[in-house]
Amino acid sequence: MLTQTPPRAAFDLDRPWQLHPQVSVRPERFGALLYHFGTRRLSFLKSPALLAVVRELGDAPSAREACRQAGLTEAELPAYAAALQALASSQMIRPREPE
Amino acid sequence: MTLPLVEQFARGLDAPICLTWELTYACNLSCVHCLSSSGRRDPRELTTGQCRAVIDELERMQVFYVNIGGGEPTVRPDFWDLVDYATAHHVGVKFSTNGVKITPERAGRLAASDYVDVQISLDGATAEVNDAVRGAGSYATALRAMGNLARAGFRGFKISVVVTRQNAGQLDDFKAIADRFGAQLRLTRLRPSGRGADVWDELHPTAGQQRQLYDWLVARGEQVLTGDSFFHLAAYGNPLPGLNLCGAGRVVCLIDPVGDVYACPFAIHESFLAGNVRGPGGFAGVWRDSELFAQLRRPQAGGACQACSAYDSCRGGCMAAKFFTGLPLDGPDPECVKGHGEHALAAVAGAPAPRPFGDHSHRSRPVPVSIGRRPAGLRPDRACDENPLAGFRTPAFTD
Repeated sequence: MLTQTPPRAAFDLDRPWQLHPQVSVRPERFGALLYHFGTRRLSFLKSPALLAVVRELGDAPSAREACRQAGLTEAELPAYAAALQALASSQMIRPREPE
Repeated sequence: MTLPLVEQFARGLDAPICLTWELTYACNLSCVHCLSSSGRRDPRELTTGQCRAVIDELERMQVFYVNIGGGEPTVRPDFWDLVDYATAHHVGVKFSTNGVKITPERAGRLAASDYVDVQISLDGATAEVNDAVRGAGSYATALRAMGNLARAGFRGFKISVVVTRQNAGQLDDFKAIADRFGAQLRLTRLRPSGRGADVWDELHPTAGQQRQLYDWLVARGEQVLTGDSFFHLAAYGNPLPGLNLCGAGRVVCLIDPVGDVYACPFAIHESFLAGNVRGPGGFAGVWRDSELFAQLRRPQAGGACQACSAYDSCRGGCMAAKFFTGLPLDGPDPECVKGHGEHALAAVAGAPAPRPFGDHSHRSRPVPVSIGRRPAGLRPDRACDENPLAGFRTPAFTD
């Protein structure tokens, strides 16, 4: 069992997150464009609901709460957690220290 | 059901993702393939105040960054002020240069900014190959600039290469140069635009070279940038990283030195002119309301290509490459990897292709001399020569 590969990092929905301060967000019909001035990389939010979640992140006590405020249902959470994980791994969002 | 992202992009965005802004037609070089036929400044070029007004608009439209080029943009006396103005207004800058103004002191200041990226043009991994296209001394100028950036600690600046028949065999050497300076290599496609129309037949890569280039790019993945310019090669099989679609008027456009807005940097011709930033609606008005851009954002007919199995991959290729080689816009790309371009070119052979618009080339052939004083006895410049580098005659630049 020691040789088992570690599970893919799961997104921690229960901690506070925030948009990286060097990231700029531009709403578009399909969702939004994100640009990170530090890594000079572009990314996309592929739905308006994901944009709403990202907008709530910085003020919500947890990502789960940000999703709830954006109107997502429990059934939608896994898909959105995966999208947030992708944003975290490209440094578009990062953990925030709890107040 | 929501559309795939690429379809969303094909329908146009509220503002460009990537905007090329050529600040001046003036250039110290005279590259044989210059896409904007640069050389002499145009007396109608935007003033500092007008440039700032454009930057204010880009900030309001949330254009994240602009690709500044020319001409050689750094020869504008207000160039560094405009870069500072843009970054202070949340518009990042990547500028293309032949390196002529990248002194050690300037390199140090550039290295200190998070919001400025630098792209040095180089079209040969050796002086011999490079200078044949860009002019004598231009290889040394570019490498000196790279050395200055690397010594200043600027990591990851770009080295931008237009792939030609002469340098297509030097891809590994280009990569080695980039690695040596801690830079990132960027390869882009030669277009028959500007003076490139005159040399395209002899300089564009052969079919065999295109295949090698594709395999080389696929093997390097995201290590090597392409400006998404080789999407016509996607017809070989797998798409290259990036946006595999013609972004003209949809996600990209060009603002030229006099404020004219074209669908893309390679399409400086009245057929692709959408408006001018000095018009009543400014740049935003052109981007959102121009009839040309509206037309480009409508679903396109594939014409003769529609029946081809590769059409979904290459989408017919590059509009500018077709236009300036005299091919119909709904037909195959002149460098179609299925060979349809060669047949199409043969069919229009002898017919005049549209000529690039607005030639700002130096009036005389460049006299290759080392950087510095004008040699005694050289013809004095005309009194009306608008080139701020009058008397400064060294070789070239593009992209």
